[in-house]
Amino acid sequence: MDFTIILQAGIASGTVLLFATLGELFAERSGVMNLGVEGMMLIGAMSAFSTAIATGNPWLGVLVAMFFAGLISQIHAFIVITLQADQVVSGLSLTFVGTGISLVLGEGLSKAGTVSLLPNFSIPLLAQIPILGKIFFTDQSILVYVGYLFVPLAWYYINRTRPGLHLRAVGEYPSAADALGINVFRMRYFYVFVGGMLAGLAGATISLAVSPGWFSELTTGGQGWIAIGLVIFAQWDPIRAAIGAYAFGALRRLILDIQGPLLLLGFDNPFYYNPYLGFFLQMLPYLFTVFVLVIGSREAMRKRIGAPAALGNPYVRGERGK
Amino acid sequence: MAESKSIKQKLSFRVEPRLNEPPAWYPSVVSFGAIIVALILGGVLISLAGGDPFRSYQHIAKASFGDTGVLSDTIVKATPIILAALACSVAFRMKLWNIGAEGQFIMGAFGASAIVLAPVLPAETSRWIFIPVMMIAGMAAGAVWGFIPGYLKAKFNVSEIISSLMLNYVAIAWVNFWIFGVWTEGGFQMSPKFPDGAWLPRLADYAKAFPIFRGLTTHLGLVIGIVAAIIIWFIIFRSRWGYEIRLIGDNPHAAQYAGINITKNTILVMMLSGALAGLGGMSEIAGVVHRLQTAPIAAGYGFTGIIVAWLAKLNPLAIIFVSVLFGALILAGREIQPSGIPKMIQGIILVCLIASDFLLRYRIRIVRGEE
Repeated sequence: MDFTIILQAGIASGTVLLFATLGELFAERSGVMNLGVEGMMLIGAMSAFSTAIATGNPWLGVLVAMFFAGLISQIHAFIVITLQADQVVSGLSLTFVGTGISLVLGEGLSKAGTVSLLPNFSIPLLAQIPILGKIFFTDQSILVYVGYLFVPLAWYYINRTRPGLHLRAVGEYPSAADALGINVFRMRYFYVFVGGMLAGLAGATISLAVSPGWFSELTTGGQGWIAIGLVIFAQWDPIRAAIGAYAFGALRRLILDIQGPLLLLGFDNPFYYNPYLGFFLQMLPYLFTVFVLVIGSREAMRKRIGAPAALGNPYVRGERGK
Repeated sequence: MAESKSIKQKLSFRVEPRLNEPPAWYPSVVSFGAIIVALILGGVLISLAGGDPFRSYQHIAKASFGDTGVLSDTIVKATPIILAALACSVAFRMKLWNIGAEGQFIMGAFGASAIVLAPVLPAETSRWIFIPVMMIAGMAAGAVWGFIPGYLKAKFNVSEIISSLMLNYVAIAWVNFWIFGVWTEGGFQMSPKFPDGAWLPRLADYAKAFPIFRGLTTHLGLVIGIVAAIIIWFIIFRSRWGYEIRLIGDNPHAAQYAGINITKNTILVMMLSGALAGLGGMSEIAGVVHRLQTAPIAAGYGFTGIIVAWLAKLNPLAIIFVSVLFGALILAGREIQPSGIPKMIQGIILVCLIASDFLLRYRIRIVRGEE
């Protein structure tokens, strides 16, 4: 078992979680929790794949996925921002709607054949770095490289730019932001849309790059929920989100690959000789999410940092204390 | 929100917060209207996807309420939903977002099956012993699955939304391990069939005495569900514990000042919620499936329970009736093409319902002339 190959594939698989996590992070920073990530990812994966099949152009697929998922996210935005409904229930319903629509429109898509996928390539020079070059810069999908760019850009945007400052203000203290002339409602709509687009991109990353195809609900297999958990683990910080996403990607790959070899670290591989133990391996990403949540939540309690103060609360003009 | 949309128009709409409670019939009318809107939206989407909405809906009505036989099947589908929705409703009442009813349901099915398959009781045990023991085992397994997110929420402030949902996937893998690796029947993905004593009695079993029951599959689980709904109604609205749960849900700060132990209640309510979902799993496995098998157990009853609980405004007795409607949708959905339609309609109904709650808190006034 070659660990560099597992990590290399893990980075690609983690890119899915990275996009979804960053998207949710933006929405939550503006004060809107969107539990519909799983549904939006399915919408993205389905529309990317079907567009690529219909037109033969995977790039168009990515664009359509981002647009469609962003559009769907606006249902949630309308319900929680304008109608001020509970964000948890609305987000859940978005997952139901997204899953349902993608199943209806994706009917028969699983047998639709193959598509031309997004290109893989190596970065010259960087790929020559021992070990790291192989893991990060050799034969990766172009979306993986896009992911590398997104992380520092997201960090810089949130922490060092004026719109980023507004974003944080809207999530922490919307009435103060409103008093400064920032349009809280418009900002929240916008960042929910950004979250939707990134979830759509995450879905497209699955169906056009990491594990190509449409396998109904199994396409995402709960990764949208893991992404929401990762946002908490990341303490709403893009850098930590990236670390979490790639670590989870590597874990997912390891679970797939560990059942292959006869020998594991010089011993008989128990997962090879008793394939039923594989079911316990399947539990690991989900158990690990819970574990990571415990760590993140305890840390937040200790350091008294954590969620944007207005997360989950609708903003109503003229009401005190929100 | 309170400003009018536009001053230029002659007719403008004005949204104002309601100052007094709307009349008692108003919420039901709004919910009903929301469902109608949802069905229309669903119809538009069906026709966009190339289907015929009228035929789809007609099919749903005929395939679920057409005669006593299918009506009985509808009620069979409604039974697990009743218990799953009760599970969600008690947790939601306290604003605990247990969306792991699916996993607790699966674990309940596992716990009940373990009594038969381990075996804890021999196969020739009487029905009178088998069924109560299986019920207790199912509730216990579900309660354990509810305890985990409850404990993590109470002690470490871990979001119960994510942790309970993650445990759904763990429950599926856990059951798969047992049916593939330990209790498999000849290498198939299922356990052997349960002995007769572990089956919940069905109406059809009494067809000799009452010929009208011939072929009807409705089983004792319906009674279990209705009794559970009545008990939960009494707990929530007539007991001190229920009062505490409602107070925490409405105003946690006030509850804390009143000396109510939120930590303890968080764990207990999650366990009660898990136990109810687990009972649903037991009822489904002993009443319908009669063997441990993943697909019919992990069929999304826990998720449908969330929608039903919300649609019934968390009222345990209303849950029974709403469950029958959703049972119909699921039953008819099995034959509808494309197969995602029932799921999509469920989602749209929930969206419209949440949106319609706005009309309970605000009223829209049509203002004539210019302001």
